[in-house]
Amino acid sequence: MAAPEASHDSVLDPGTRAPDFTLHSTPDQTLSLSELRGRPVILAFYPADWSPVCGDEMALFNEILPEFHQYGAELLGISVDGVWCHAAFARDRKLHFPLLADFEPKGAVSKQYGAYREQEGVSARALFVIDGDGIIQWSYLSPIGVNPGVDGVLNALESLPSGRKPAMAAHDAPHPAAADHDGDRAHDRAQEARP
Amino acid sequence: MSDGHLMPPVGADDHSIGPDDAPVTLVEYGDFECSYCGQAYPIVKQMQDTMGNQMRFVFRSFPLTEVHPHAEHAAEVAEAAADEDAFWEMHDLLYQHQDRLGDAALVRYAKEVGLSADEVRADLEEGTFADRVRRQFMSGVRSGVNGTPTFFINGERFDGAWNDPGSFLRALREAATAAGAGPRS
Repeated sequence: MAAPEASHDSVLDPGTRAPDFTLHSTPDQTLSLSELRGRPVILAFYPADWSPVCGDEMALFNEILPEFHQYGAELLGISVDGVWCHAAFARDRKLHFPLLADFEPKGAVSKQYGAYREQEGVSARALFVIDGDGIIQWSYLSPIGVNPGVDGVLNALESLPSGRKPAMAAHDAPHPAAADHDGDRAHDRAQEARP
Repeated sequence: MSDGHLMPPVGADDHSIGPDDAPVTLVEYGDFECSYCGQAYPIVKQMQDTMGNQMRFVFRSFPLTEVHPHAEHAAEVAEAAADEDAFWEMHDLLYQHQDRLGDAALVRYAKEVGLSADEVRADLEEGTFADRVRRQFMSGVRSGVNGTPTFFINGERFDGAWNDPGSFLRALREAATAAGAGPRS
């Protein structure tokens, strides 16, 4: 049997402890996975800001955010784009969740998760659901041109021991990090108001 | 993953046009403010005309509210119209006026199809129909909708080119044949 290659096209499996990381979420702030211990985390690796399919995927995830919050889950988008690029993209698409810059050393976190495409030098389109103890409970690698949708993520969240069926009207779900995000929203709206 | 399988199946709560026992059911998840859905609107009409009583068409709302600020209220007005048996008139009006979907315009369309302007205004303010729209949206999420419009033919997501009427029609006819209602000679 051939020795397994460095995981270019096989993402970390369920049952694996999610490697901790610290990445920039804004030009002057960093976020560590371990800070979110105690609640589920969704990692959405994607190839690039601004490419049309990514925009669709992030837009869809953005719409479903209230449902994720019903499970107390945090959503993090990760690509190799830099912080300023992420900031512009998030503002343009009105995204209300952090985009992390796997920028320097380039793709290091994506590689740890087996979600890096060496040839193109970008993150793969991969999804992970990590439980409150930091263990990967579900992972999925999508063909790079295909928007994966969010049904798999919701099913995985529901299967967590802490999972519960969300109420239908999820718009005003209580959420631990709501204060931060509301701040972002207010900021976005202020930006939008400009001509 | 659902792998693009419609959940829940078409039922009594759905907005449908065409015979209930038609061999083909086409379901669209759409957003009234989405320009691609606007492009799909005349193509779906064409499919309905060509398929005739071989096809039932069902519309479920999938408003992407962060990018389309008027999509939610437009979907709610369509629900209000549904309660007065005017869903399809409203559906058509909305797609014919995608550039004018502010609340004032929505109330005007509601009056046009015979609703009370005051009631519709109150419904929008109170979000009377928000839960219904949300249920449709979430059914789309669960069914693997990955953008708008997303179509399902007899319960399976159609990943082909809806914007190519020829291949769209072929897919519908194949579904009709598979369902045992061969094309009429």
